[in-house]
Amino acid sequence: MGGGALGALIEEFPVILGAFWLTIRLTLASAVVALVLGTVLAAMRVSPFGVLRGAATVYVNTLRNTPLTLVIVFCGLGLGLVLDVSFSESLSTNYLWLSIIGLSAYTAAFVCEAIRSGINTVPVGQAEAARALGLTFTQNLRFVVLPQAFRAIIAPLGSLLIALTKNTTVAAAIGVAEASLTMKSLFEQHQDSVVAIFFGFALAFLVLTLPTGLLFGRLARWLKVAR
Amino acid sequence: MTEAVGSTSLVRLENVNKHFGALHVLKDIDLDIARGEVVVAIGPSGAGKSTLCRVINRLETIDSGTITFDGQSLAVEGRALARLRSEVGMVFQSFNLFAHKTILENVTLGPIKVRKIARPEAEKRGMELLERVGIASQAQKYPAQLSGGQQQRVAIARALAMDPKMILFDEPTSALDPEMVQEVLDVMISLARDGMTMLVVTHEMGFARRAANRVVFMADGAVVEQNTPDEFFTNPGTDRARDFLSKILTH
Repeated sequence: MGGGALGALIEEFPVILGAFWLTIRLTLASAVVALVLGTVLAAMRVSPFGVLRGAATVYVNTLRNTPLTLVIVFCGLGLGLVLDVSFSESLSTNYLWLSIIGLSAYTAAFVCEAIRSGINTVPVGQAEAARALGLTFTQNLRFVVLPQAFRAIIAPLGSLLIALTKNTTVAAAIGVAEASLTMKSLFEQHQDSVVAIFFGFALAFLVLTLPTGLLFGRLARWLKVAR
Repeated sequence: MTEAVGSTSLVRLENVNKHFGALHVLKDIDLDIARGEVVVAIGPSGAGKSTLCRVINRLETIDSGTITFDGQSLAVEGRALARLRSEVGMVFQSFNLFAHKTILENVTLGPIKVRKIARPEAEKRGMELLERVGIASQAQKYPAQLSGGQQQRVAIARALAMDPKMILFDEPTSALDPEMVQEVLDVMISLARDGMTMLVVTHEMGFARRAANRVVFMADGAVVEQNTPDEFFTNPGTDRARDFLSKILTH
């Protein structure tokens, strides 16, 4: 095994890189779906229709208060094995998609609440002025309320993205070979270098999440709405 | 006195009642506003003037009574209501310009999204309106970069951009620094001269005297009296109005 503690890291570098590439794809795909779904949920929660409000509230409260591992395991075993939801011939691709469903369904609940808090920062007069111009509810949200709400919650959305990046490791529970599952298998292969491998993975996560936080902090300042 | 008659009536409120919880804010309001008429609503705070303004484009619902606009009963919701609102301009006390949009975008949003007018045309018209209210040079700025008086003039241009049949002004100068009041009133006076139908909630007696056809005096949710500005200010018909006028005119 030679090469000291760093030897294992260097030797397995392509494997680690591949695992993190999967983590990144898992994060980005889930982030996009969660953002879209979260926005729809937020629109439902402020809509004039009681049924939509109720449905979105139930969804958010259920998903937000369920452990992510449960959601992922449900997606993998419940949707995948029992209900036979299939996206691909390849088993690993199928589980990848199922984990994306779980991660985005879970994260969407938090995105929804972030957007809702963003909507609360928009003075009521903005929506009233839009209504007075004759904009419909949807136009009002789309052109007046949501653009301002999003600008107010860029930093919290950054935190959600960081949380999501780390949460992708839960996909290991249904065998998706992202970073944490790969780390586990590397531990087994290089038992003399577990500390180095751990710090290698931890550092790689920092490389992903620290710039995310900085970028979103910057964006939040740039895009802030002056009142 | 210019009393609205039948066919020329643009807005008609009949027996309108409105409560905020236990508070009866509009009591059996009957009011007709004729096309081209400028009506000023005055009265002590809490009299229901702003609510009167807001029920006409249904920013507030009413509990009973009927409101007709341009011969049609006020729609309750949906697209018909949106269409009604697009025909009634509204200018708010706190301007309410869209904070994330430039001045020009504020003026063109309604025409483009509601009236489906092509952007170049909407921008051309928008610039003309900004020119008219004297803000054309600030078209690319954001609302927060403008003074209150400038913002309110943009808000008037934004309302005008929809070619409304009427404009409601809800205390348009109350949030302004004193030196900015006149620039806004000047725009409003010129609108009145051009024949725009206006309902103006204001304490600006100068505006009422110069531009209004009629003054509606409200107190405790009811219309106490209405008259021409001259008649009302020089010879109020009720104790309530005399009392109110003595308070605002003596200092």
